[in-house]
Amino acid sequence: MAFSASPTADAASTPTLSFRNISMQFPDGTRAISDVSFDVGKGEFVTVVGPSGCGKSTLLKIASGLLKETGGECLLDRSNIGYVFQDATLLPWRTVRGNVELLMELHGVSKPERTAEAQRAIELVGLKGFEKHHPKSLSGGMKMRASLARTLTLKPPLLMFDEPFGAVDEITREYLNEETLKLFTQERFAGLFITHSISEAVFLSTRVLVMSARPGRIVATYDVPFAYPRQPELRFDPAFAALSGEISHALRGAHV
Amino acid sequence: MSTTLSPDSAALAMADQSSVGDPVLPDDAPPTGVKRREGVAAIVLPPVLLGAIIVGLWYTVSYAVLDADRRFLLEPPHRVWQKGFMNGEARSEMFSGMWSSGKVAFWGLLIAITLGAALAVLMSQSKLLERAVFPYSVVLQSMPILAIVPLIGFWFGYGFNSRVFVTVLISLFPIVVNTLFGLTSADQGMHDLLTLHSAGRLTRLRKIQFPAALPAIFAGLRISAGLSVIGAIVGDFFFGQGDVGIGQLLKRYAARLEGENLLTAVFLSAGMGVAVFMLFGWLNNKMVGKWATVSRR
Repeated sequence: MAFSASPTADAASTPTLSFRNISMQFPDGTRAISDVSFDVGKGEFVTVVGPSGCGKSTLLKIASGLLKETGGECLLDRSNIGYVFQDATLLPWRTVRGNVELLMELHGVSKPERTAEAQRAIELVGLKGFEKHHPKSLSGGMKMRASLARTLTLKPPLLMFDEPFGAVDEITREYLNEETLKLFTQERFAGLFITHSISEAVFLSTRVLVMSARPGRIVATYDVPFAYPRQPELRFDPAFAALSGEISHALRGAHV
Repeated sequence: MSTTLSPDSAALAMADQSSVGDPVLPDDAPPTGVKRREGVAAIVLPPVLLGAIIVGLWYTVSYAVLDADRRFLLEPPHRVWQKGFMNGEARSEMFSGMWSSGKVAFWGLLIAITLGAALAVLMSQSKLLERAVFPYSVVLQSMPILAIVPLIGFWFGYGFNSRVFVTVLISLFPIVVNTLFGLTSADQGMHDLLTLHSAGRLTRLRKIQFPAALPAIFAGLRISAGLSVIGAIVGDFFFGQGDVGIGQLLKRYAARLEGENLLTAVFLSAGMGVAVFMLFGWLNNKMVGKWATVSRR
């Protein structure tokens, strides 16, 4: 299943994640995904956009191993994957620092190392000063930041995002997008992002895939030409608007 | 980013400059630890007022409804105070009764907590066990305890052990149910997170299920603590051997038509129930008050 990177393999040509003819049928007979194939390589940020209920999240659950695909195969090293959930899924009884340390605890990282790495991650996402706060005293955006920090502590080579900023307001979402890009360029993970926001997809990604309504198929692929680091003003660039328009058109086609 | 548009931008700007300073509290962050303060009068006055009305009614019944020769049925409040609470002999008798019943309640509750929590943990780990055990814990709960009290005396004698046993029986159920409910209340996202990092059962239990269960556990504890006092008194009431507890005193005062002492003993046992209830309420606030979003007083 999961392949181990053999020393002889050419690292550049080995994708971090590879979906090969993945299909998924739930026990109740619902076909969620049909024949999806694509790769995510190092240095890539791939976003899947699609209508609600098209099986986008199912794709991530398969990649992470939370669900087992019923057809095809999914190749990746699952020993260290980052997964950002739709909700922040913070433990309410732990402070921000405690939450950020959780995954390292599960992997047996020593206490001094945990402390140092947690502090680094907390500062990275701009939560310095909030280490001792409990989640209930944080805003939605700050909770997502804490969740991101938690994921980053293990320095995963692949980071999957399951519509993480769907519940925050538009402006906060834009800032979190910029933040995510900053992390992408600094931490050098491969990104697989799920959203139904086209502008979010274009702003973040090197590549945008459009998924059809259930059963989900990839119906269009767009390479995003804008260079990193991307500035917030990119959103007002005519080329940005044009690409968003094209994707929107494809998405409408996929909806029917 | 020349303008500060949102709370997140403020935090962002802070991070960008990696400046050291006080945390910037965003506008949309819920207020921390700031509770709406109501006047003390608004909290204290209603129960005091109601208490005054009840005392008023009590006097009315004692003096206006009952004739002098039947007044022993409900002695007026000041008589209860004088003859019950302020009477040294009766008081020391009742205090030693409370001590005896308190010990029974304590041990009964301790055993119920240990047993109930263990049972709940096992049930949370095995659906099969949960299905097997749950109906019986409901039976245990719905069974009138008085019906089996004679049986308990028959088996375990009429002393301390039987009283503790009655207390365990009566206070076990809320602990099992609440702990079990609490252990299964951790949300799916947390479970998924642990699954992704291949956490085992024990880790899952320790890191998420048990802490998530704490508020429910405390809710159960408060109910059971009150019940344990009832259990201790009921046990004592029926098993008239060994130390004299509140239950035996109640029986004795009733038999002797000592209305004042009877009422005093009733108040004292109520006080015991309230005391343990408050103790666990305090413990609850200490342990989960900081993070629990809903915490009942």
